[in-house]
Amino acid sequence: MNLLLFSLFREKKRRRIEELNENMVVDGGNGDRSDWQGRWDHVKKFLERAGPFTHPDFEPSTESLQFLLDTCKILVIGAGGLGCELLKDLALSGFRHIHVVDMDTIDISNLNRQFLFRPKDVGRPKAEVAADFVNDRVLGCNVVPHFKKIQDLDETFYRQFHIVVCGLDSVVARRWMNGMLLSLLIYEDGVLDPSSIIPLIDGGTEGFKGNARVILPGMTACIDCTLELYPPQINFPMCTIASMPRLPEHCVEYVRMLLWPKEKPFGDGVALDGDDPKHIQWVYQKSLDRAAEFSITEVTYRLTQGVVKRIIPAVASTNAVIAAACATEVFKIATSAYVPLNNYLVFNDVDGLYTYTFEAERKENCSACSQVPQDLQFLPSAKLQEVLDYLTENASLQMKSPAITTTLDGKNKTLYLQTVASIEERTRPNLSKTLKELGLVDGQELAVADVTTPQTVLFKLNFIS
Amino acid sequence: RQRTMTDHKTSKEQKYDRQLRLWGDHGQEALENAHVCLINATATGTEILKNLVLPGIGAFTIVDGHKVSGEDVGNNFFLTSSSIGKNRAQAATELLQELNSDVSGNFVEEVSVNVNILYFFHRFSLVIGVQLPESTCLRLGSVLWDAGVTFLVCRTYGLIGYMRLIVKEHTVIESHPDNALEDLRLDQPFTELKHHIESYNLDSMEKKVRLIIDIIVVAKYLEKWYSEHNSQLPKNYKEKEAFRQLIREGILTNENGKPEDEENFEEAIKNVNTTLNPTKVPSATEDIFNAEQCENITSQSPSFWVMAQGVRDFVRNEGNGKLPVRGTIPDMIADSDKFIKLQNVYRDKAMKDAAVVSKHVEALLQSVGKPPESISEEEIKLFCKSAAFLRVVRCRSLAEEYSMDTFNKDEITSCMDSTDSEMVLYLMLHSVDRFYQQHSRYPGVYNYQVEEDINNLKLCVNSLLQEYSLNVNVKDDYIHEFCRYGAAEPHTVAAFLGGSAAQEAIKIITHQFVPFNNTFLYNAMSQTSATFQL
Repeated sequence: MNLLLFSLFREKKRRRIEELNENMVVDGGNGDRSDWQGRWDHVKKFLERAGPFTHPDFEPSTESLQFLLDTCKILVIGAGGLGCELLKDLALSGFRHIHVVDMDTIDISNLNRQFLFRPKDVGRPKAEVAADFVNDRVLGCNVVPHFKKIQDLDETFYRQFHIVVCGLDSVVARRWMNGMLLSLLIYEDGVLDPSSIIPLIDGGTEGFKGNARVILPGMTACIDCTLELYPPQINFPMCTIASMPRLPEHCVEYVRMLLWPKEKPFGDGVALDGDDPKHIQWVYQKSLDRAAEFSITEVTYRLTQGVVKRIIPAVASTNAVIAAACATEVFKIATSAYVPLNNYLVFNDVDGLYTYTFEAERKENCSACSQVPQDLQFLPSAKLQEVLDYLTENASLQMKSPAITTTLDGKNKTLYLQTVASIEERTRPNLSKTLKELGLVDGQELAVADVTTPQTVLFKLNFIS
Repeated sequence: RQRTMTDHKTSKEQKYDRQLRLWGDHGQEALENAHVCLINATATGTEILKNLVLPGIGAFTIVDGHKVSGEDVGNNFFLTSSSIGKNRAQAATELLQELNSDVSGNFVEEVSVNVNILYFFHRFSLVIGVQLPESTCLRLGSVLWDAGVTFLVCRTYGLIGYMRLIVKEHTVIESHPDNALEDLRLDQPFTELKHHIESYNLDSMEKKVRLIIDIIVVAKYLEKWYSEHNSQLPKNYKEKEAFRQLIREGILTNENGKPEDEENFEEAIKNVNTTLNPTKVPSATEDIFNAEQCENITSQSPSFWVMAQGVRDFVRNEGNGKLPVRGTIPDMIADSDKFIKLQNVYRDKAMKDAAVVSKHVEALLQSVGKPPESISEEEIKLFCKSAAFLRVVRCRSLAEEYSMDTFNKDEITSCMDSTDSEMVLYLMLHSVDRFYQQHSRYPGVYNYQVEEDINNLKLCVNSLLQEYSLNVNVKDDYIHEFCRYGAAEPHTVAAFLGGSAAQEAIKIITHQFVPFNNTFLYNAMSQTSATFQL
């Protein structure tokens, strides 16, 4: 694995340096004008000296620093708690060509940890403010912002990077990124071309806990291989919310899920916006009423907002630790200075400081990276709804709103699609039809699209008796 | 309605919302009243401070006499090239201060020899010493130990991170354990709980009405079990299975002989392991009760120890060997009314127990000439609720760690049985300090020095091992590696330590969560870490 890694980078480095020479770059070259004496001393010791723990193919040289400064391109996904830290860490490790993608704007509650933002920046796009700050503070660094969703960017965009590092707060987004990098893999006669691998470093934090992992798409465990590590969010049972509340959280969920749609306090079709203090205030008052009915006492404004927005507590320190670990891995991979983390680090500093490192294993039949067609086993008399439920509830699939299409009589047919209202309405009756009624046969191939992956997943339908 | 006044959130509450959910308003208050001292504004130092300034520490003071070098600016986010040649404390303070206007940033270029060092450091909640040579650590450590000021030593050396916490005694009431066992008392139900359980008669209830609560189910069947097993809890897997079967048999069957869908019985069966934990005083709490500080209360005793003796007295008397009831129960599928009633049984008992503890505490305070209001009802209630999770951290002094007579030979030797244990990094850090003492520089700083310094460093390693009679093997690879580092401070390692140290500092200041005890080592090569008590 590691030999391939290094040769992959050597190859890429060589090609890019050739490209640059060909294009006859006029400006600066080494960025010397923004460097002062001793600037990169801390970094150079790891690039210009041999050592007993370096990667077996590591060669000390002055070229490596130049590669970092001039050629290596890193993509940072997310400019929030982890993203800000990552940008700083990478910039001060010698990386100058960094792109950052984030679709969010700055909120006041970000300021306790997202240190590239100030009160005056509230409302502005995170990616842009972050890029400006780092470019200003770290001379010569060129962070390029993208105020976009990751799904708004395509293959051509992602293909240009040597390494992608994620600081996301959503499993769905992680899976999508994972799927995108998997889709860039090139197989020749069934053999993976190592130069098509873009390593993915993924970090996550929650309160005082965090994790960092290294993924080599197509070679090591991917996000979907270990989906069980992200258990589905537990929601309270409807009967509890509707008629047997016991906790203050049950009261808030009652207002959010049942009362708001009924009373439409801010007008028809106005959805509950967790960021609107007036909305939260209304939910809070109504939750207090509900709680009083059942002698429940602990509803507070803070609790209300926490439940509505599904707030995850966060501090600067955990983000600093996890981002640092991720950035260290980016550095190791980009320079081959050391053998990278293989492949998962867990961190928790509630009681002392605890770390645990292990190798997450690839799943043989992973729906994202195994290239093995996924099996679906149903009775021919099963309804399409059952298939839909399976796709969303199965722990290894956890799809969000799958769209199912297939080929019938030589033509492409949409069996069910949720995300476009008109198509949803048209295909809804199919859900209560049996697979046999829909004309599906044993061995039928179903193509499923979902927000958790940029590529369709192929399933093979096997009829059981 | 009065409600609206408390609803308006200040911008500080909004800004700190995500962390208030972790340490509460009282934790935040403690943070905002704290003043931290950082010695040396290197990358490690400024990263630590950044993670204290952002959450709103009251004030910081940087002590640093160095001038900013080109190298410094290269790895430090809080220094720019325009500050080269200026005092490092001042330059860093400006850019750290800029992070949060709530915080008061100060700097001192050096602590003059004319100033009483003890006086200078006494004002700080915590002193953080970064990239300090061993001799300075020991000297400063001794001063701070005598002054009772907590000292956190941090160091980034190449790809190695090191932290050492020095505090004589640090008490924690709110440790917020990750997986706390519930305090249900089913094995030894208190009177009010017994009465409440008795008010349910399983056999006479029809299915509709039987939607009760799983712990009532467990309690009822436990009575049966006790009568057949000499009042002993099911102890092992076999017995727990037998207990589960007992409950299973209680499930009503319908006319067709098939079992009815009884949610609470199912939940009871599932949760047997967690509901049947024996009620006892945890060993950490026992240790606190047996500590000298708990036994000998004086007018100087911190409230932690006064309350500890109060609870101890409760346990030995009214509590019949048990802690005050915690008063919380986990959520479980149940009719709201029945759940709240049950919850109140526990809550009321907790209040009663806390009131008794209060009486003990009052008497104690009076006996040492202090007014009973010195410790509030709130504090006592919180203490009682957290009684099973109290923790005390005591770290040895640096002098004890280094002294030939008291250094922890056993720990070092046994860890070194595995030659790649993080303990070797600890020994290497000591060795480079020796090198520094002999050569007034660290090994391998310049490329041409690396080769020859390997031998010199090896001599330092050997002399260290010999002096301490440590019969351990330090692989040459580590000696080579530490020369290779050339005392570099790469930013990502500094940042990792920055986050780790800042959180430990917050634990010290808020007295919430449990600090490490007492030596932490991080290896960025392998992404592993270890904590040793040295």
